[in-house]
Amino acid sequence: MLTFTLRRLLLAIPTLLVISLVIFLLVDLAPGSPMSEIPLTVPPEVRKKMIEALGADQPVMVRYVLWLRQFFWVEPATLIDGWFGTNWAGGEQRILSWQSRAPVFTVIGQRIPQTLTVIGTAYLVGILIALPIGIYSAYRQYSLFDQLGTLFAMIGFSVPTFFSGTLIIIIFAVTLGWFPTKYDTNLSVTDWPSFVKQLQQMAMPVMTLGLANAAVISRYMRSSMLDNMGMDYVRTARAKGLTERVVVLKHVLRNSMIPVVTVIALGIPSIFGGAIITENLFGVNGIGAALIGAIHASDLPMVQTLAFIFAVLIVTFNLIADVLYGLLDPRIRYD
Amino acid sequence: MKLKTALLGAACALTFAPAAFAERGTDGEVKFTFPQAVSIMNPFLSSGTKDVYAASLVLEPLAGFDADGNIIPKLVTEIPTIENGGISADLTTITWKLLPDLKWSDGSPVTADDAVFTAAYCMDPAGGCAQLSKFDGVAKVEAVDASTVKVTFSGPKPNPYTAFVGALSPLLQKAQFTPCLGAAAPTCTDPNNMPIGTGPFKVTGFTVNDTVTLAMNDQYRDPAKPAFASAVIKGGGDAEGSARAVMETGEFDYAWNTQIPPDSQASMTAAGKGEFVVAFGTLVERIEMNMTDPDPALPEGERSTAKHPHPVLSDIKVRTALSKAIDRQILSDVGYGAGGKPTCNVVPAPDAWASDNTGCIAQDMEGAKKLLDEAGWVPGADGIREKDGKKLHILYQSTVNPIRQDFQALVKDWWTELGVDVELKAIDPSVFFGGDAGSPDTFQKFYADVEMYANNSDGTDPETYLSQYQCVNAPSPDNQWQGENMNRYCDPAYDAKVKVLSGTVDVAERQKIAKELNDMVTKDSMTVIPLVHRGTLSAHSNTLGGVQINAWDSEMWNVADWFRVK
Repeated sequence: MLTFTLRRLLLAIPTLLVISLVIFLLVDLAPGSPMSEIPLTVPPEVRKKMIEALGADQPVMVRYVLWLRQFFWVEPATLIDGWFGTNWAGGEQRILSWQSRAPVFTVIGQRIPQTLTVIGTAYLVGILIALPIGIYSAYRQYSLFDQLGTLFAMIGFSVPTFFSGTLIIIIFAVTLGWFPTKYDTNLSVTDWPSFVKQLQQMAMPVMTLGLANAAVISRYMRSSMLDNMGMDYVRTARAKGLTERVVVLKHVLRNSMIPVVTVIALGIPSIFGGAIITENLFGVNGIGAALIGAIHASDLPMVQTLAFIFAVLIVTFNLIADVLYGLLDPRIRYD
Repeated sequence: MKLKTALLGAACALTFAPAAFAERGTDGEVKFTFPQAVSIMNPFLSSGTKDVYAASLVLEPLAGFDADGNIIPKLVTEIPTIENGGISADLTTITWKLLPDLKWSDGSPVTADDAVFTAAYCMDPAGGCAQLSKFDGVAKVEAVDASTVKVTFSGPKPNPYTAFVGALSPLLQKAQFTPCLGAAAPTCTDPNNMPIGTGPFKVTGFTVNDTVTLAMNDQYRDPAKPAFASAVIKGGGDAEGSARAVMETGEFDYAWNTQIPPDSQASMTAAGKGEFVVAFGTLVERIEMNMTDPDPALPEGERSTAKHPHPVLSDIKVRTALSKAIDRQILSDVGYGAGGKPTCNVVPAPDAWASDNTGCIAQDMEGAKKLLDEAGWVPGADGIREKDGKKLHILYQSTVNPIRQDFQALVKDWWTELGVDVELKAIDPSVFFGGDAGSPDTFQKFYADVEMYANNSDGTDPETYLSQYQCVNAPSPDNQWQGENMNRYCDPAYDAKVKVLSGTVDVAERQKIAKELNDMVTKDSMTVIPLVHRGTLSAHSNTLGGVQINAWDSEMWNVADWFRVK
């Protein structure tokens, strides 16, 4: 197991390097310029000077090597300096966003908490809704509950978040006036009223995303349960005279959870990735909103760094899922 | 005598009573929402209006513009003119006198050195200053004494109100920005995000591309202002969401740039929580005609250059016919509602500078057809006009934008009725406006017959804007496709007139010449077909008082006077 993990970790290094190069080239070769946002009243000579000041006129390979150095050396060094007060980075240039001229990692650091709270909660809520629906739907297949569950899942699958989100805003914010439409990032939870406020402003984005998440996971849960319900061991359990409750929740559920846990684990990187549309719609300043804003402004350093971080997360969580398989199912061994 | 003085004093006191009773910071918080979030608070490094407007709450120029486009003093005692000796008779210097006892929000005094530094900061070749053109022709900025700034130009400057005037060219604090000169400018994150200013507010918190929090500036020159103790600018989302947060849910007081479809404007106004306000600046949505041949068969480097005149559009009758077939009123109503009005001018405002050219407003389909007949383009069997066996085909490009696609569809209908075969093309705005010399789809390369976008003149004086249509400014391989004369319009008479304009001082005379230049590119030559004069639509809550929308400076130019309606 350990050798396997080590081998996979070593293999991840060239994989990530190739990914970083591909991302860098893709983002760089995509049409668009950071200058497209500048008003037309700014004359061409001034635009040219602005591009030069950003370093955006350098050849792509020079920028790639510089970015690698900044990502793998300057940024970690700056982080360590920040923790221990050392001076490893030596004041070297960090990765700067072209749009805001602020270090990309500062921006990410500002945004991760919002993304984790809102998107993470939505994921959790989604799981909590999905599991009971999936279990009961499978147990009473083709019942009215199952049909309703299927309808719910179809709605969650097929209605895009920009539509469901707007609908939720119109119902709960405009008509009922219960929740604010814009997320207040400066709200710090210190007492009960501010906690209630935080819950209020999280309600609508969590609803929107929770619906979509629950739809996906409930379908996995249902089908996995159905696979197991017909197994011999279930019949044996029933024959032994076990109660239905024990049969379903202990025997069937445990075995059905293996694929569902994998699906849930593989979905975790997407929490870090944020939710582009939902974050934008509700003014949650998370990672997704940062990414789409950077793409609009052709802020290449921001897009490249974010895309690469997602790649790292996906590679990591794939590895974790593989290791989890081995732990959950003793039949699987890698050595 | 004593009684009279006393009575006069009492009368004065009564007159000024409301102002005197108003106190700084008694009205709580004012909340702004911008559809695009604020990236940076330093207009010299910014790429967009959102940043400039946000910064205008904090940073102030020496002089600004009021809602009618008149120049008004901000940090100076008066506007320098030739009459008061502030501008030298030969028009090469302008001298500004700072207000006495002016302080930065950190309590240190504002001196002429700060202005000298600001000029050096922006004019540094390595700094990448976005507002460099504001310092165009500036030879030297010097501090005559602690409160006198003298700007010397390299030649006579008929319009010297560029440097230090308007929200795009505010004063920076020397002490704060000294480490940020030249190449260090972009790396100065803290000063760029939290500049120290003289405005009614100071920055207390800045989250990149999200929220700016501000508190009233205790050092602000008027002790009774601002009425608000704090302000917050929340960015992100879209225009619809911003408008809704002001007009329907009432969470915010002011939303900038709420450009939403006319039917949404009406339904949101009906909610009764706020109102839309429009600032008509100089922004004109227009169709530009390509005077050169964009034929893909031509060798690269000759396509869309002056070497090959356009085979169809070189004929003024065709251009006129295309213009006549358009119903601008419908376009304006469909696309912009209250935020637009039809126009025939490239310089639509201020009124004193705008030509009285309205001949294009009424659609004239029959007249257009007749013109094409005269030009020799006659309808073929399929209804498409042809001449010498060639079909009348037009490639019409614009950017990806729902309103522009509506416009393209409407115009295509009219032109098809005219017997023109229209092909539409929509390009991603970041490519279209990106200026990448390697891309065939930039608006400068103009590999199409006509293209539609919006452009405006910077400030009230359109000299720079009109000079863009000179022959030398045509984009071509020789200048890496960087010119601003997209049409490749070239008329020596026009160039000569631009030269006259740049040497003319008298404002009335300048206005006359500007109108003539406007007419030359529009109604006389039909090179540019203006469609809609676009305003910026913003929304403010009914509880916010004092808003006076301004197209010539920051929309928040008078934020110090805003108050809560009780």
